[in-house]
Amino acid sequence: MTMEIVKAKTSRDDKQMLGFMLIIVCYLVVALALPLYAILSKSFKNHDGDFIGFANYLEYFSTPALTYSIQNSLTISILTMVISVTVAFILAYALNRSCMRFKSVFKVIALVPILVPSLLPGIALVYLFGQQGMIKSLLMGYEIYGPIGIVISEVFFTLPHALIIITTALSIADSRLYEAADSLKTSKIKTFFTVTLPGARYGLISAAFVVFTLTITDFGAPKVIGGGYNVLATDIYKQVVGQQNFEMGAVVSLVLLLPAAVAFFVDRLVQRKQVAVLSAKAVALEPKPNKAFDLVMLGYCLLVAVFILGILFTCQYAALVEFYPYNLTLGFTNYQFDLMDGGGWDSFYNSLELASWTAVIGTIMVFLGAYMVEKGKGFNMGRGLFQFLAMLPMAVPGLVLGLAYIFFFNSPNNPLGFLYHTMGILVISTVTHFYTVSHLTAITALKQMDREFESVAASLKAPFHRTFRKITVPVCLPAILDISIYLFVNAMTTVSAVVFLYGPHTNLASVAVLNMDDAGDIAPAAAMGMMIFYTNAVVRILHGFLTRGVLKKTQLWRIR
Amino acid sequence: MMKFKKTKKTIGTLVASLLSITAFAATELTVYTAVEAEDLKKYAARFNEDHPDININWVRDSTGIVTAKLLAEKENPKADVIWGLAATSLLLMKSEGMLEAYSPKGLDGLDDKFSDKSTPPSWVGMDAWVAAICVNTIEAEKHGLPIPSSWQDLTDSVYQNHVAMPNPNSSGTGFLDVSSWLQIFGEDDGWAFMDGLHKNIHHYTHSGSKPCKQAARGEVAIGVSFAFRGAKSKAKGAPLEIVIPSEGIGWDMEATAIVKGTNNLEAAQTLVDWSITDKANQMYNEGYAVIGKQALAKPVEHFPTNIPESMIDNDFEWAANNRKRILTEWQNRYDSKSEPKS
Repeated sequence: MTMEIVKAKTSRDDKQMLGFMLIIVCYLVVALALPLYAILSKSFKNHDGDFIGFANYLEYFSTPALTYSIQNSLTISILTMVISVTVAFILAYALNRSCMRFKSVFKVIALVPILVPSLLPGIALVYLFGQQGMIKSLLMGYEIYGPIGIVISEVFFTLPHALIIITTALSIADSRLYEAADSLKTSKIKTFFTVTLPGARYGLISAAFVVFTLTITDFGAPKVIGGGYNVLATDIYKQVVGQQNFEMGAVVSLVLLLPAAVAFFVDRLVQRKQVAVLSAKAVALEPKPNKAFDLVMLGYCLLVAVFILGILFTCQYAALVEFYPYNLTLGFTNYQFDLMDGGGWDSFYNSLELASWTAVIGTIMVFLGAYMVEKGKGFNMGRGLFQFLAMLPMAVPGLVLGLAYIFFFNSPNNPLGFLYHTMGILVISTVTHFYTVSHLTAITALKQMDREFESVAASLKAPFHRTFRKITVPVCLPAILDISIYLFVNAMTTVSAVVFLYGPHTNLASVAVLNMDDAGDIAPAAAMGMMIFYTNAVVRILHGFLTRGVLKKTQLWRIR
Repeated sequence: MMKFKKTKKTIGTLVASLLSITAFAATELTVYTAVEAEDLKKYAARFNEDHPDININWVRDSTGIVTAKLLAEKENPKADVIWGLAATSLLLMKSEGMLEAYSPKGLDGLDDKFSDKSTPPSWVGMDAWVAAICVNTIEAEKHGLPIPSSWQDLTDSVYQNHVAMPNPNSSGTGFLDVSSWLQIFGEDDGWAFMDGLHKNIHHYTHSGSKPCKQAARGEVAIGVSFAFRGAKSKAKGAPLEIVIPSEGIGWDMEATAIVKGTNNLEAAQTLVDWSITDKANQMYNEGYAVIGKQALAKPVEHFPTNIPESMIDNDFEWAANNRKRILTEWQNRYDSKSEPKS
């Protein structure tokens, strides 16, 4: 109930914070809400642009072939959600709460999927379990083209996303709670259910929603490995790219946006019950060794590592084999990108440029926004709007966002039209596309900081920006760094939004992967995908080295 | 850091000055295309041999994406010229009033079916791509499958679960297949044929070239795709047999058009003029067997030779006008029962 006490009259600080928040709300309105309106209003219009009410929706819901996809999408998304969050939670638990060896190695491996384009696991599964698959018999006659393939790909693809959020939730724990439980002779299991799980609850729920929406909006995996199993995201692709029926594409998009609304309301409900775990007096938790437990965790991590690296190695193998399965000589024929779609090295440099801008601009914006909305006071309506806008990108399929940008930014009377076909619009779309997870990461970290920090600072007459600089940023630095690398690697791998937006001089490497796979050149697609992976890996490692020093400096307080 | 920046700048200036030597005061043309990436440099280079003062900036993507992009940009077009997009897509754009009709120099020399029927035409054709069946000979032998010689053969139960074809709702090639079957067999028999074919389909793909590429890799034994892809894969050593079915084959062409509202009309017209020259046609002929000026065509390696006479009298207008009805019917018949096969 300390919150009540903190609530004071609106100070200059509050006004400034409000101002900052409004700027970012404006950004989200321009980069998200208005473009979405531009495309979604199409769902109520006919091809000539006349308003026809719900006629398109009636047509949609009276076509079983289309509505069947709703069921399919829900099935694979819920399955993926359950599997991915469970796997990620145990993984995060092993990495944060055990004393097993090689933690840092597994931490790196577990984040690997985030470094590869989402089409890659699908490609690997074709090589592993397809008609000519190396270990096809493991499927016992089941078909990889379809829900099985989609779910495996999506678990691979969503695992790091879930892991980042859950790790953030698990990493900030108050050791005093565990000491208390220990001294009360509470069993380990009971402590787990009464201290650990409730502490991580908010992260778990966020992770579940993130995985669910990532899966339901992803079109990469269903496209590569889905076979005849239709889902909403591929339906949009079919409507827009196959039939150029933007109106019906908009209808399916709106159907797909529903989970976002649900996620938002549930998230709000949960959030209201959330209390800061990390009070100003908290002491960071240091796990204690336990041989049996550590061994089990090590075994588990090994399994996950085999799954992740197996997919990766398969892709590298696929990229090197001359002509699978008939000529298994290894070589570099598939690396002649000049002869393939995409634009060679230029597209690679463009991707690098896009990723750098996205990481820098995105991180600053996301964290500032999250701080203002979390720690500021008053103007609850604006705050609610902000939260909603920040949750929305997650649910917006990239294809829809990309198209929306064309309609909005390329409209003849839009003053921002000069951005079209430039690097600028690619950066804006990418920051917006990946806003939600970054925002959730920032919020989760901020939530675990007691508001007492601010109230104490305020009572000492320290302006908010000083508290922000001296306390908030250093404490949240792990999360901030995670956000920047998250944005960077996603900008390297993203396809769906930018495929509609790149111009003659802004070709991207990830789009090249999509195009090559689309043409059926899956070996070169795997090769280019692995190039993206290696780039991301190198950047990730550099990032790791650069930040280690900073972390040592700023996180010293966590260790007693 | 400073040093690095400086070097980068120097290189940049160097590259820029090099570029400016070859293309001083060039007109910049933004050209949208779905032509194979490996051919783009060649196309631009050959064009520049005759017109060094026009610089082509390509925006390349698959047929579906390029078409969707063009239509989405309708209110404020960014492309000057479309060079190498399906005629079916261009028909769509014509009906939206997005194309600038233009009668290029030398139009008379072009085969009749290779230009738009209006005068002046809204688009002119480059080359044709034709449907074909790609059969993987190794896999066919392994599963004891005879090499099919007709479309009708594909409905034989021996091919059950061995055929892949593009989903017409995602792929232009898929629609080309379906619309041609309806023209070859007539509506009722056409759907009956597809009912039979559907029983043998292992999976539908989203792209038109994928079934043939999958057949090349043995992912399926038989891929319903187009001849160009098959020939390319065969040239790379894939164990493929390219079958031109005896009933005849559907086809579409790659075509060129000027986008209405371009600021570079003169340069655009120059490009379209060039796109139907003998030189351009011979260039298309390096990859495609059937070209706009068929008299100039030489046989292309790995392409079956009976393609020109097998091409049906494809009624593009009919296909365009009935597209929605056909796709809905196809979707209701085959797309709603997508249960995984065990």
